[in-house]
Amino acid sequence: MKEDCIIKIDHLSKSFSGTKVLDDISLEIKQGEFVTFLGPSGCGKTTLLRLIAGFHTADEGKIFMDGEDISGVPPYKRQLNTVFQRYALFPHLDVYENVAFSLKLNKVPEAEINKRVKKVLKMVSMTDYEERDVDTLSGGQQQRIAIARALINQPRVLLLDEPLAALDLKMRQDMQIELKEMHKKLGITFIYVTHDQEEALTLSDTIVVLKEGRIQQVGTPMDIYNEPQNVYVADFIGQSNIVDGVMLEDKKVSFIGHDFDCVDEGFGNNVPVDVVIRPEDIYIMNNTEAAQFTGVVKSCTFKGVHYEMFVDTAEGYEMMIQDYNPFEVGSTVGMLIKPQDIQVMHKPCTANRFEGEMIDSTHVRFIDGEFECAETSFQAGDKVDVEIAFKKVDLMDDIDEGVVSGQITFLFYKGDHYFLEVKTNEGYTLQVDTQDIWDKNDLVGINFKPKDIKITKRESADE
Amino acid sequence: MKKFFAKAYIWLLLTLLYAPILIILIFSFTEAKVLGNWTGFTFNLYTSLFSGGVSNSLIKAIENTLTIGIIASIFSTILGTVAAVGIYNMRGFRKKTILLLNDIPMLNPDIITGISLFILFIAVGITQGYVTVLLAHISFCTPYVVLSIMPKLKQMNPNTYEAALDLGATPFQAFRKVIVPQIRPGIVLGFILSFTLSIDDFAVTLFTKGNQGLDTLSTFIYADARKGGLTPELRPLMSVIFIVVLALLVVINLISKRNEKTIGHNS
Repeated sequence: MKEDCIIKIDHLSKSFSGTKVLDDISLEIKQGEFVTFLGPSGCGKTTLLRLIAGFHTADEGKIFMDGEDISGVPPYKRQLNTVFQRYALFPHLDVYENVAFSLKLNKVPEAEINKRVKKVLKMVSMTDYEERDVDTLSGGQQQRIAIARALINQPRVLLLDEPLAALDLKMRQDMQIELKEMHKKLGITFIYVTHDQEEALTLSDTIVVLKEGRIQQVGTPMDIYNEPQNVYVADFIGQSNIVDGVMLEDKKVSFIGHDFDCVDEGFGNNVPVDVVIRPEDIYIMNNTEAAQFTGVVKSCTFKGVHYEMFVDTAEGYEMMIQDYNPFEVGSTVGMLIKPQDIQVMHKPCTANRFEGEMIDSTHVRFIDGEFECAETSFQAGDKVDVEIAFKKVDLMDDIDEGVVSGQITFLFYKGDHYFLEVKTNEGYTLQVDTQDIWDKNDLVGINFKPKDIKITKRESADE
Repeated sequence: MKKFFAKAYIWLLLTLLYAPILIILIFSFTEAKVLGNWTGFTFNLYTSLFSGGVSNSLIKAIENTLTIGIIASIFSTILGTVAAVGIYNMRGFRKKTILLLNDIPMLNPDIITGISLFILFIAVGITQGYVTVLLAHISFCTPYVVLSIMPKLKQMNPNTYEAALDLGATPFQAFRKVIVPQIRPGIVLGFILSFTLSIDDFAVTLFTKGNQGLDTLSTFIYADARKGGLTPELRPLMSVIFIVVLALLVVINLISKRNEKTIGHNS
């Protein structure tokens, strides 16, 4: 199995001016695989690709190709080629000269260059364009030339940095099919970067989901879609209902005010979990007798193949449902979820925990702010652990009102409330459950009520 | 009527601007010793200029002007190109600072540049002459080269350099085969600008030429005029220089026109 691995990434980290862009990435890429790095902008996917290409050097960690450490090898000596997002064709050269660039550098005989250029242009369906100025080509044609230019050296690994992002939808779909066929025909490894989850699901053998410089999940498109490992993956891939739940016992989970049978085991009893239900996995019917739970249709929108409906359940949760049949707005409907369609995930954590230090018995310092807390028996200078429940974080519009301030980096609706992540200016991350409506990138002030700050003695504080 | 006045105004303006040059041009075709006297049309001054009928020191001055111009523009073009690429790759505060430092010498009055270089050469102990004039010219031309190349670099897709590395070019090969061709119009513009600035310069040259009798055209003419009367052959010479500069100007304009066209094309 080991010799199958062409690229191995070993505990790779990279920072740009103090901000950690990649944090301890380890990954193995198999020979001939189509791997996609998927994530929102700023997740580090392009940086990871550029590290593999050699345009950046890692702060920590190593990259191996065929078992050989290539971390210090400059890009022009690496046996891989890149297709850039904005094509990066050489504007002063025509199509032929662009494609022949690397062969001419290597002093390959003219006759062979000619043969190989013709062959690779034929592969990207750009025969007869040799003499054309690259500026006169359309975006799609330029991208084909960029691919031809990268492939002419017969690299063993092709890196593609959002190659289709600049193309219109129709062209993008055509190119997706062509890329997939090209990959099959060539049998070389493709490493593909995109923020488009649909593209990733269509093209990839393996998807690597990244968020803020960390790998969230590695798996086949089916795995990633059907069995997301955490709420971030579930939220990023496809549409989903994400709600809080409690694992009552093996194969029994409670959420949206009802108990459901499921297929998951091994979480323990009465453990808080996140539950993901895909909108197409909720069965909706007029009959409320046989239903597991009921609700009132709030909206119904035609989406081409299916209807998308939002239903308010009797217990006050909002569920998104997709079905081939429309249901009348205002009507009462019954709903049903099959055990295998319930995806139960560990909660990464259930409360915000920080290390802090007491200022006096009623004030504590943590996340670079000083907060008032309920009377404690601790003394000034005591090292403590501070815990704040997700629900107990107060966010306010006026950033000066808060003790510390931050920006909302991530949010989604959890059926009856919003879950958000706030990154403070000092770089701490807080997770918040709130009824208030915020937008991504909103600047907020942060404070806690004294009674909501739970303080415990830090175990290792003595050393 | 309005149109007539508008036209008349522009012609009056152009006449006033070009009258002095026109006078030199007209009087280059007459032999009179004193400028302003017309003693009949003749090419004699031109033949005398090109057949060596003028003093050796004038010929030497022309030679100096041309060689200093060419050598200074070659060196400043190389230095300026390398500097521009370096500055282009900088980020944030450092880049802004260096660009500002690059702009200051261009805004600085020539006389101050001349005097400070004069003091510098004395302080360092370099004998003033051909070499110091050359160094001075390189130093004041280089910022203009940087300035004329920066826009071309900004237009460039930065990924093309990386694409070249990716395709197996060493950094130097990538610079030569991918960056230089893309910024070539800027380099050519910088070279021509340097050359015209160098042959045009008077103040800086005067302060850095030393007292070994080195003269460029501008300092020669200045000295000649002060000695009492302009050598008549200077009139055809100045006419020729004017025509050459005019030609260079047309070339510069054509280059920038072509640049605009390619920009328009890309967008």
